[in-house]
Amino acid sequence: MAITDIRAFSHLTEDDIVALANEFDAIRRDVENSRGPRDARYIHSVIRLQRVLEVAGRCALFGSRRRSRWLIGTAALSLAKIIENMELGHNVMHGQWDWMNDPEIHSTSWEWDQTGPSEHWKRAHNYAHHTYTNIVGMDEDVGFGILRMTRDEKWRPINLLQPFANVVLALTFEWGIALHDLSAKKEAEGVPPAQWNSGPNREFAVKAGRQVVKDLVFFPALTGPAWRSTLSANLTANVIRNIWAYLVIFCGHFPDGAEKFTAEHYENETRGEWYLRQLLGSANISGGRAMDFLTGNLSYQIEHHLFPDLPSNRYPEIAARVRALCGKYDLPYTTGSLARQYWLALRTIHKLAVPDRFLKATSDDAPETSSERKFDRWRPDVPAPATEASTGRHRGLLTALRVHAEHAVAERRRRRGESRRRQRSAAV
Amino acid sequence: MGLKEWIEKPAAHVAPGEKSLSNVLRGAVARLTTPLLPDDYLHLVNPLWSARELRGRIVSVRQETPDSATIVIRPGWGFDFGYAPGQYIGIGLHIEGRWHWRSYSLTSAPTRDDKVISIAVKAMPEGFLSSHLVGGVPEGTVVRLAAPQGDFVLPDPPPAKILFMTAGSGITPIMSMLRTLDRRAVAREIDLPDVVHIHSAPTAENVMFRSELERFDATHDRFRVHVRHTREKGKFALSELDEVCPDWRERQTWACGPQQMLDDITAYWTTEGIEDRVHLERFAVSRADTSGSGGTITFAKSGKTVTVDGATTILEAGESVGALMPFGCRMGICQTCVVPLEKGHIVDLRSGKEHAEGERVQTCISAAAGDCTLDV
Ligand code: FES
Repeated sequence: MAITDIRAFSHLTEDDIVALANEFDAIRRDVENSRGPRDARYIHSVIRLQRVLEVAGRCALFGSRRRSRWLIGTAALSLAKIIENMELGHNVMHGQWDWMNDPEIHSTSWEWDQTGPSEHWKRAHNYAHHTYTNIVGMDEDVGFGILRMTRDEKWRPINLLQPFANVVLALTFEWGIALHDLSAKKEAEGVPPAQWNSGPNREFAVKAGRQVVKDLVFFPALTGPAWRSTLSANLTANVIRNIWAYLVIFCGHFPDGAEKFTAEHYENETRGEWYLRQLLGSANISGGRAMDFLTGNLSYQIEHHLFPDLPSNRYPEIAARVRALCGKYDLPYTTGSLARQYWLALRTIHKLAVPDRFLKATSDDAPETSSERKFDRWRPDVPAPATEASTGRHRGLLTALRVHAEHAVAERRRRRGESRRRQRSAAV
Repeated sequence: MGLKEWIEKPAAHVAPGEKSLSNVLRGAVARLTTPLLPDDYLHLVNPLWSARELRGRIVSVRQETPDSATIVIRPGWGFDFGYAPGQYIGIGLHIEGRWHWRSYSLTSAPTRDDKVISIAVKAMPEGFLSSHLVGGVPEGTVVRLAAPQGDFVLPDPPPAKILFMTAGSGITPIMSMLRTLDRRAVAREIDLPDVVHIHSAPTAENVMFRSELERFDATHDRFRVHVRHTREKGKFALSELDEVCPDWRERQTWACGPQQMLDDITAYWTTEGIEDRVHLERFAVSRADTSGSGGTITFAKSGKTVTVDGATTILEAGESVGALMPFGCRMGICQTCVVPLEKGHIVDLRSGKEHAEGERVQTCISAAAGDCTLDV
């Protein structure tokens, strides 16, 4: 079972966790107090860039029968949509820019360029996902309801289709999100899911209708004889944006090392434990400034989960401080390249498609979920939490994980050696 | 739904003051720019080309007194010049990356002819925005505007006999009324009503609009201004009314100035049994008490009020009296609970940051800093 006791898992003392909470609070305060014109200029220029790209893309597509124009237009439009979704929509709706007091760049008024209404998404994402991050059964974003992403969930025959469902989800990600949010909204409002003319359903229909008609009817129609190629360009741009958003989300949440939690854990969670859950539950993507920008700084998923409402352009500097804290408290900081992180997520998707009896690890000690019980086997060798008096350095989870890994490797070697010996003696 | 309404629909919430043709066009184009409006693209070219939200450009800043100035603004698309003299507008300025909002009385007379409006601002010692406006806002600055509002207004036609009582910057809404009376008198070739204006200011050079008041006094027989320099002569006592304006009881009175003055006037008129003849404008110049000492919170939509200490969040306060409040995480991360602060100040319990009227605040992590009103 996933983590039920984050203190035991993290190998930190109660005091350590309180101290850690204060350190995180200090980061928040510093950033909040230093928000100013530089940040405002940043978001304004992103908005300008996004709108210019979108207009340029649409204009280029008037000549979409020419291959070069099709390529330029589609590229510009895809880029515009990616920026709109990641750096603008997602972050604005998190309230990252509410401090500017600008009604046009505000979490309460922003509507994004996706089929799902912002209102629905905010409920499911800002509230459910960010409050109950990675709590199995409470955070519906674990697998989005169609993928089994942890062996804490029971295997069902439908999971055999997972590899296929995964591809469909990637291609149609905005629809997946929209439907996911729609059902969350219905549940929140208590309307029967099947009642077709309920409020949430109507909001969804209006929003999705406008989005589809814009990209697939109006703009193609406007380009006259080029309608066919404009249509394909718009479809392509949407799909590219979908795949990208899917990749970023999956790499931020499903690589090995992004831990899962149980509802029991949540019941008595302290503020420090809340921070710890966010820290241990997310994963970053390493890459340069271009990667940061295109992911809407969700390459700093860990920092985003710790401080979802601080301006995205500050995540790099926050990350430096978070990393330093991880060093000090001996905590892991899960990060890796896009390719690596996605490979790990993909491996989980395919592995968990099959029934548990084909899987070796247990949910206490698997690559994608573990729990405090994972350390039990080598308990006497896993050092207890401690603070070095001379340096103030703490001994925590990272040390425990290292000892655990060493033992696991040694054991694997021993077993392999044994079986080889057995084979040899059998051959003799 | 008619065809016109259908086309207009995506832009239906925009610019009530606009001509409907432009909204039909806006609605049609909005189907291509959805989920944005065409204005969102246009205002990147010219910041005034947007009716999604009222905007204006400052065309001149004119010193009135050493610590006050008249700001003349040319509003952009969608502004309704049909306001009533005495109303105020909200104005937002972008300073240090944030928009700061305050309300100021209009001093201009409502007319479509010159396409500009004006406000007069007095720099308050601790007033960040007012000092900025008086002391150094450059001409050409783009500002956000909120539509004129308020019921401290002069009716049309005005009553035959009027008394204005003002002190300090309380003269600003009255200035709009005077200018309107003056304009109408000229345009319609009619006489001004009988107006007596009693105004107080510390010294002669602190009198806002002094030369204009003198000119009115000189050119209109039926307008009489009585200026009191309080530093020399002390405060104007209401018992002096019988002498300065013997028929004050028969007049419709408009009064604007410090809280104490307005309270005195209310009491005085009430004892005379003519409280229905006085109209008051209260400027909420109360500063926030950032210690978060609490206060009385009013929930405007549900009409509920509750008095709380500085540690109770607004969300909890609202729930305790059954005001319908949105909420999600209750810990400041999800933004579900954000609502507009209509009046007063609140303080963010996490950062100690203060928020003032016109801002949207997270109720789950904010407490009242003095009395405040929320739009829920
Ligand atoms: S309820 Fe979530 S931010 Fe206030």
